[in-house]
Order: sequence, then structure tokens, then C-alpha cells
Amino acid sequence: MRSPREPLFLARQSYRRRRIEDAARLLPLLGVVLFLLPLMVGGVIGNVRLAYVFSSWFFLILFAMLLARHLGRDAEQQPTGAQSKPEVPTEAPTRTR
Amino acid sequence: MTRQVLVIEDEPNIAEAISFILSRDGWSVSTHASGTTAVQAVRDAKPDVLILDVMLPGKSGYDILQDLRSADDTRALPVLMLTARGQKTDRELAERLGVNRFMTKPFSNSEMLTNLRELVGG
Amino acid sequence: MLTFNTLVGVCFLYVIMLFLVAFVADKRARRSKVRFLSSPMIYTLSLSVFCTAWTFYGAVGYAARSGLEFVTIYLGPTLVMIGWWWFLRKLVRVGRSQRVTSIADLVSSRYGKSNLLGVLVTLIAVIGTTPYIALQLQSVTLSFAVFARDRSAGWVIPDLEQTAIWVAGGLALFTILFGTRNLDVNERHHGVVTAIAVEAVVKLVALMAVGIFVVWGIGGGPQGISAAMEQAIQAAPEGAWSLQGGRWVGLTFLSAAAFLTLPRMFQVLVVENVDERQLATASWAFPLYLFLMSLFVIPIAVVGLAILPKGENPDLFVLTLPLYFEQDGLAMLAFLGGFSSATSMVIVASIALATMVSNHIIMPLWLSTRLGVDASEYRDARQILLSARRLSIVGILALGYFYYRISGGGAALAAIGLISFAGVAQVLPAMAGGLFWRGASRSGAVAGLITGFAIWAYTLFLPSFGEAGVISASVLADGPWGIAALRPQALFGVDGLDPVVHALFWSLILNCSVFVSVSLLSFPSPLERLQAAQFVNVLDQSGPARGRSFNAATSEDLLVMAQEIMGSDQAQAWFQAQAEQQGKQGYLPDTTPDFIGRLERELSGLVGTATAHAMIGQILGGTTVSVDDLLAVADETQQMLEQTSQLEAKQLELTTTARQLSEVNEKLTQLSIQKDAFLSQISHELRTPMTSIRAFSEILRDGGANDPEAAARHASIIHDESVRLTRLLDDLLDLSVLENGQVQLYPRREVMRDVLDRAIAATSSVIDQEKMHIHRNRSDEGGALYTDTDRLAQVFINLISNAAKYCDAKDKRLAIRVRQRGGRLQVDFVDNGSGVPLESQSMIFEKFSRLSDQAAAGGAGLGLAICREIMDKLDGSITYLPGQSGAAFRVTLPIGTQSPFGRRWPSDINHL
Repeated sequence: MRSPREPLFLARQSYRRRRIEDAARLLPLLGVVLFLLPLMVGGVIGNVRLAYVFSSWFFLILFAMLLARHLGRDAEQQPTGAQSKPEVPTEAPTRTR
Repeated sequence: MTRQVLVIEDEPNIAEAISFILSRDGWSVSTHASGTTAVQAVRDAKPDVLILDVMLPGKSGYDILQDLRSADDTRALPVLMLTARGQKTDRELAERLGVNRFMTKPFSNSEMLTNLRELVGG
Repeated sequence: MLTFNTLVGVCFLYVIMLFLVAFVADKRARRSKVRFLSSPMIYTLSLSVFCTAWTFYGAVGYAARSGLEFVTIYLGPTLVMIGWWWFLRKLVRVGRSQRVTSIADLVSSRYGKSNLLGVLVTLIAVIGTTPYIALQLQSVTLSFAVFARDRSAGWVIPDLEQTAIWVAGGLALFTILFGTRNLDVNERHHGVVTAIAVEAVVKLVALMAVGIFVVWGIGGGPQGISAAMEQAIQAAPEGAWSLQGGRWVGLTFLSAAAFLTLPRMFQVLVVENVDERQLATASWAFPLYLFLMSLFVIPIAVVGLAILPKGENPDLFVLTLPLYFEQDGLAMLAFLGGFSSATSMVIVASIALATMVSNHIIMPLWLSTRLGVDASEYRDARQILLSARRLSIVGILALGYFYYRISGGGAALAAIGLISFAGVAQVLPAMAGGLFWRGASRSGAVAGLITGFAIWAYTLFLPSFGEAGVISASVLADGPWGIAALRPQALFGVDGLDPVVHALFWSLILNCSVFVSVSLLSFPSPLERLQAAQFVNVLDQSGPARGRSFNAATSEDLLVMAQEIMGSDQAQAWFQAQAEQQGKQGYLPDTTPDFIGRLERELSGLVGTATAHAMIGQILGGTTVSVDDLLAVADETQQMLEQTSQLEAKQLELTTTARQLSEVNEKLTQLSIQKDAFLSQISHELRTPMTSIRAFSEILRDGGANDPEAAARHASIIHDESVRLTRLLDDLLDLSVLENGQVQLYPRREVMRDVLDRAIAATSSVIDQEKMHIHRNRSDEGGALYTDTDRLAQVFINLISNAAKYCDAKDKRLAIRVRQRGGRLQVDFVDNGSGVPLESQSMIFEKFSRLSDQAAAGGAGLGLAICREIMDKLDGSITYLPGQSGAAFRVTLPIGTQSPFGRRWPSDINHL
């Protein structure tokens, strides 16, 4: 039996995509926060802070790569980026109780 | 020989007035009040001249005139038409149907006599 | 051993290799095999023009002097790239949809295709970039000098200026060859971009190779580097290695802003972008590139500080370290890396600047000499455009060279990098505001740019020439005319800030404030508003908006002009394709607004938006477009929708009106017919009695009947007919009054029985004459009425006398029944005659509808019509009741206000 809430399930992919867009918008803010943190600690730059700056930088790059994989895939086909292709309903019955 | 006149008129007072005027002038007058039986009345009476009202119960004077004009025995019968509707269209319609004289009510008695005399060639 | 000749030879080979790469890439691009070229990696690598010789060599020097701070120059662009979904995506979309050729074009296009803004941004860009080009020439020259010095016995570098001039000349040649070989519609340079991508790889490989050599070759691995860093921190002057919050934040922001606004960055980011997916990849790949570029900067710096002799220029550690350890191959690679950094920057920057200068300064000047000419006068446009580009390139490089010569190189020039950044960053408010704020206006952008640029020049650029320069030492120390608040490096008393941060802060704050406030106060032109909408909503649009409509433009003129600019083959092919799209044969499409809009965009890819706009404006007769035209475009869709709905509404309205009119017309016709019939009837009704009266009166006049009895009868006929005539006139008047609604009602309280009594009394003569018998049930008639009982009695009289006159029974009877039904009073009059025939029942209440031919009845046929009018006025009704024993009329009327004195009507009791 199909669940009566199936439309929600079908919208999941576009919903996920919108959240990925949100994440992409938030990522530079995260970057600003990460790059401002070293200022919180005064004094001379040591190894630790050097390592911190470079590792947080690298972390941001990884994160951006993950997001870009999702966002870039259909950036060209869907200029608005608002919707995604309608998902083909899965054969497996979804049951909700 | 007295000339025969048939008056087809539904208003009794008017019919009486016409009868009186014509009788006094020496006409032989008969009256008829119904439109429906008017044509038959003409055939029966065989008048020399016919006075025909337009507004008659049952059948209008125009219809009667049309019937008379389409029948051989009455085609030539002189007809004087009387109407209480003095409109131009009424007169035109009557003339188209072949009326000989057309008078609007109220009429002048002497004028009616003159018209009748002319119609019977007197 | 490296000789000067080897060095020059390797350089030469390298340049030839670049030529080949560029050549092949161009050729492939022309054959449309762009798959490789449009790959995101090429795009990402081309972005590396951000890393110039200043960053290639200078980053190490920076790190040697200030520690970690150098990294801010890379953190800013990283933030911009990973935030591509915010800003770059929109910027690139706008750039592509509007066929933007440069940052000046973008700003000009956004603010109503204003050429003033184009010129302004071009000037800022040229002033900001020229020192930067000088810096590149300096670094190449210095790197040559390093080799010369180290090989003291070997060879002597002939002349630094000589080297610089050779480098500048070579770069100009390369740029002209690949940057202006063709006038590409999209202003894209596949050859150049590919060559730059190759150079990017060389840069990265070179720097990493030196880094790996330093860390693991001579530095003793990460531990050794760590120790060297501790040592460097100890040796460094106080505070050099501590983070300065202001500079850290300020420089990160500055590099981010410059990344977006530097002409060369705009060129590779936006103009050379082929595909939006490139951006997605570059969003992480370019930060990774920057990350790798900066990974070994600190190790090289600290090892250089530790090993190399004191006084060695840290800016050249990348070269001097390998040379110190006699690693000639590595040194050679490092040299090529630096060379690549310098050349790629100079090439892209000069292409970008040349485009701006030729499109926004030279072409408008040339056009202005040709006002009001026809299309054939554009014959030499293409050639002029190309020459303008080439001249501009040469001019820009010459400018850079002279700047280098005049400034004399040295430390003053090294500082120019950040100064240059701060200069071009002044474009940021106008650019970002234009992309995100519809209210940003041309006046605001101009005012903001001028303000920011002036403050930048006053607080940073001019003081950078040193105390012997434009601004004297006394002005620097005490402010102009001794006004301390205007000291260039402590504006408004803000003292103690780093000069760059200070200048950046004030210039951008004031730039933004002026930009925003002037925008808020000014009113943009229609074209500006149109462009603003297109820019701000670019992500919501599926396609570019349509152009305006023109009246008398011949597509032949346009073709002639386009041929001169796009080249004959390309223009003809394009026109043919457009014609085909319209379903036409040949080369001349209809000049639809859509076509004009596309042509303008196509041309703007070559000559810039403002120029293309002006050119087409000239051809189309009239360089200005009327406000109405533009407003029409701006809300074209909106207007179409509105017009459609308006038309629909209007049509509906018209249909309704037409229907109403035809209804009214029908009614009028009906009324006219009714009126004629009525007049005719009246005429008949009046003439009939008149006829009798006249006839008999004439008889009497002429002597009358001899019989006195007959004479008396004649007189009585005259009398009766006059009475009839009078009654008729009374009825007519009565009816007329009732129908016009002028009737005055006199309601009063009376019992129904009394009303009926009165009516019967009034008709007693005719009742007696006709010997009619009336049946009543007087006990039912006790209810009180509140109405105009005189009028009601009139109705009753009419009905009773009608019954008396027309009932054809031998023994006439009339039953009058009164009862109450549902709050209304019913009075039925039923006689025992033969009643009214069915076909006449609907007509009896009409005027002159006399059923019987019994004129003797004396009525004119108005009685029932009057009854109906009266009952209407009394809020009641009168109807014919079919299916009774005889003629039956029912009078219904409201009971009226219940009187406290009146007896209640017995409800629903049938007494018969």
C-alpha cells in the first residue's frame, strides 16, 4: 500500500537540493568565522596556529568540493536551481504507520 | 327605383344615424353588425353601394373588402369605408385594397350623402 | 653552468612553447572542438592569473617579514570562490546573458549603458593596474639580475632597463598576436586562456618543487622547519609575527574585493567563462590551487632567513635558495615559474585593459566624430576596433614600463600590490550594489566611484610615491594647510591604523555611503531601471528580455554595419540564421525588437554595451530612445498581460452594453408600438361616440325627425354618447395618473365589510338593471384594513359592474368571498356566467381589451387595466381565477398594519 504522504517523499530530492544550496550559501560565512578565530588568541603565531589556519582552509576546500559536486551537476540544465527533476516513484512500497 | 345601400357597422348608434340620414334621402337601407357574416350579407342584400366600417367584431373591414374584391359578383361593388382611426396608413391600405371612398369618423352627413350619390352615379 | 644565453634561450623556448599551445588551442576552438578547452580545469587554472610574480616571489618575502599574514591574500579569494553560489554565480550569469566584455562594461551596462561610468571604471582600472604591470616587469628584471649577480664571474646582465624593455615588448607582441587576432563575438580568447593554464601549472610545479627541496632537501623535514620558524620568530623584530587584527581582516577583505574587481580577474572569471559548471568545479579547485601555492611559503621563508646571508632580499628567496645550493635546474624552473606568473598577469591584464580602453574611450570618441552617418560609414569600424585594441595593448605596456622607469623600482614598487588592490576595489560597491539592489542608480555609482577613488588616491596612492612625491612631507605630517583632520594617513583623526587598512576603510566606507545615499535620492532613467531589473533578477530569467521596437530601420543598413564590425562572413551567417528563425529566406530578417535586441548583444560582445547601443541607435535614426519606448520594454510582459485583461474586460463590458442596448432598443420599439397602438385605440374610442353625437346633432340641426318620439330618442343618444365620452376621458386620466405613479394614496382604517357595502351601493343601479343577485358572508368581512379604501372600493365597483354587464347567465349571481391566506387578504368575485375564454385570460387586464362587442356596455376597455394599476399601488394584485363556475377575479392585498383596535382576521377558514 502506498502511503498517503507520498508527495512529501517525492519532493525529497528537490528539498535536499535546496538545503544543499543553503549550505553553499552558508559556507563562506563558516569560512569567515574559521579565519577570524586565530584573532581571538593573541600573541605570536606558532606552529599550532599555522597548522590551524591551513587545516581549516583545507577543510573548507573539501566541503566546497562536496557541495560543488551536487550543485554543479545540473547547474547548466536548471538555471533557476529551484527545482529538480521529478523523481520516478520507487517500486518498493513505502509504508508508514 | 330606390337605391339599395347596406351599412356594415357594429356601433348601433352610428348605424341608426346612418340609416336615418339615408332613409330620409330616399335610400333603401339595411344594416348588419357582424364582421364575420358581412360578406354573405352583401351577397344576400345585393346593395347598390356598401358602407363598411373598419373596426368590426370578428373580421376587419379590410378583410371584408379584400374578399369582396376577389369575388366576381362583388368586384365592382362601390364601397364607402368608414373608420374611427384617421391615420394615413389606414387610408393607404384601404385604397390599395380598392376602396372607392374613404371617410373618417366623425363625418358630415351631407358629405356622406354626396359621396354615396357619386358612387351610384347619381 | 647557466649562462645568460642559456637563460634567454630557455625563456625563448618557453615562450615559443606558449605560442604553440595558444596557437593549437585557438585552432581547435575555431573548429569548435572546445570540449577540452571548456573543461573546468582549464578555467580553474586560468584563474591563477591572480597569482602574479608579486605573489610568486613576494609571498615568501612577505612571510619573511610579517609571518602568516601573507596568507590573507589567498584567504579572500578562497572565501569568494567557496561562496560562489552567492555572488559569482550571479555575476557570471549576468556577464553571459548581457555579453559583458569587461568590468567597465558590466558597470556601464548595469547603470543604463552609461559611457561615463565605463570611462570612469576604465580610468580606475588603468591607474590601478599600470603600477602592477610595472611590478611584473620589475620582478622579471630582478630575477634576471639574480642570475647575473650570482654568476659574478660568468656574465654581466647588460642593463636592467634593457631587459625590462625587451620583456615588455615581447609581452606586447604575444598579447597582440593572441589577444587581438580575431574579434571574437564572445570576447573569449581560447589560445590565451590555454597558454595561461599551462603557465599556471608551471608556476605551481616550480613553487612546490622549490618547497619540497627546501623542506626535505635542506630544511630537515617538518621538524627542521618548525625549529627554523621558532628561530625566525625570535630573530624577527617585535610584533612582526603576531597577528594584527585590523590588517588580517582588512587584507582578507581587500583581496576578496580585488579578486572580483581586478580587470584581469574579471576577464578570466566572467568573460572567458564558457559554462556555468566550470564555476562549480573552480569553487573548490581554485582554493586548492591557492592552498598549494601557499603551503611552502613559510618553510621557504624561514629556511631562507636561517641559511642565506643577512641582507639577502627575501622577495627572491625562491630563486636564491636553489642557486645558493647550486641547483641550477631547480633555479631555472623557479625562474620560469616567476616568469610565467609575470607574463600571464601582464597578458591578461593588458587584454582586459585594452578591451576597456578601446570600447569605452576610443570607440565612443571615434563614434562621436561620425554622428548622424549611415551604415556605410562604418566600413572601417572593424579595422579601427582592432587597431584600437592593439594600440591600447602597446600603450598599456608602455605605461607600465615608464612607470617602472620613473618609480625606479625598489621597495616603493613592491608595496604597490596592495595599493593597486585597494584602488580597483573601489568598483566593488557599484558592482555588488548593481547586482543585488535594484535601487542602485547611475548617479549613485558615479558619485561613489569618484569619492572612493579620490580618497584612495589621497590617502594611499599619492603618499606611496614617497615624501618627495606628489604629497609633501609636511602635508603628510600635518595635513594640508595644517588641518590635522585632513592628514592623508590619519583622516578625521583616525590615527594609528595601518595605512592600507586606513585607506581601505575610509575610501570604501565613504564610497558606499555616497553610493547608497545618492542612489536613494536620485531617480534612475528608464533604461537604468530596465537594466537594473535584468541584472538583479538574472537568476529568475529564463531568457534575456526583449528589446524595444523601432520604426524605420532597414535591416540592410544593420547588415552593412554588422559586417564591418563582425566581419562579412560571420555577419552574413548570423543574419541568415536570424532570418531563418523568422521563417524568411535570404540575409535580411525583419527588424523586430527581438532581432534588434539580439544584434545589440551580439555587437556589444565586440565593442561594449554602450557603444553597441549608440551604434544601433545611430543606424536606427535617433541616438536617444524615447522614455515611452523604454518603459514599454521594461514592463512589456506586464503590459501585455494588462492589455489583454483590459481588452477582455472591455470586450465583456461592450458585450454587456450591446446586450443592454439591444434590450433597451427592443423595449423602446415595443413601447413605440404600444404607444402607436394606444393612440390609435384612443382615437377610435373617442371618435366612435363623437360620430354618433355629430351625426345626430346634424340631423337635429337640419330639422330633425318629424316624429317627436324619434327626435327625443336622437337627443338621448347624443346625451348617452357624451356621458360615455366623459367617462372615457375620466378613465384615461385616471389610468395616466396611476401609471405615472403620481397618484396620491390616502390610506385609512376601515372594515372590509364597509368597503364592500359602499362598492355595492355605488353599483346598485346597474345591479338592479341587470337583476343580479349578490352573495356575501358578512361575518367574514369584519377584519380591519389599513389602505386607501376609496381606491379599493373603485376596484370592487369595477368588478361588480363588469359582472353585472357581462355575465351571460339567465339568472345572474355574484359571490363575494373574503378570507385570509398567509398574511394577505383575498377577495374573490365569482359569477355564474360562462367566464372568460382561456385564450383571452392573459389579455383582459390590457388597455382597451374589451372582450365583448357589446359597445353598449359603455366601457372603453380600461376598467380592468385601471384595477390592475390600483392594486399595484396598494401592494396587492388582481388576477383572473380560471376553473371556477364563471368569471372569477381574485383581489389580493396585504392586511396592512395591524391595529390594536381591529379584530384579527380569522385565519384560513373557508366559509363557503
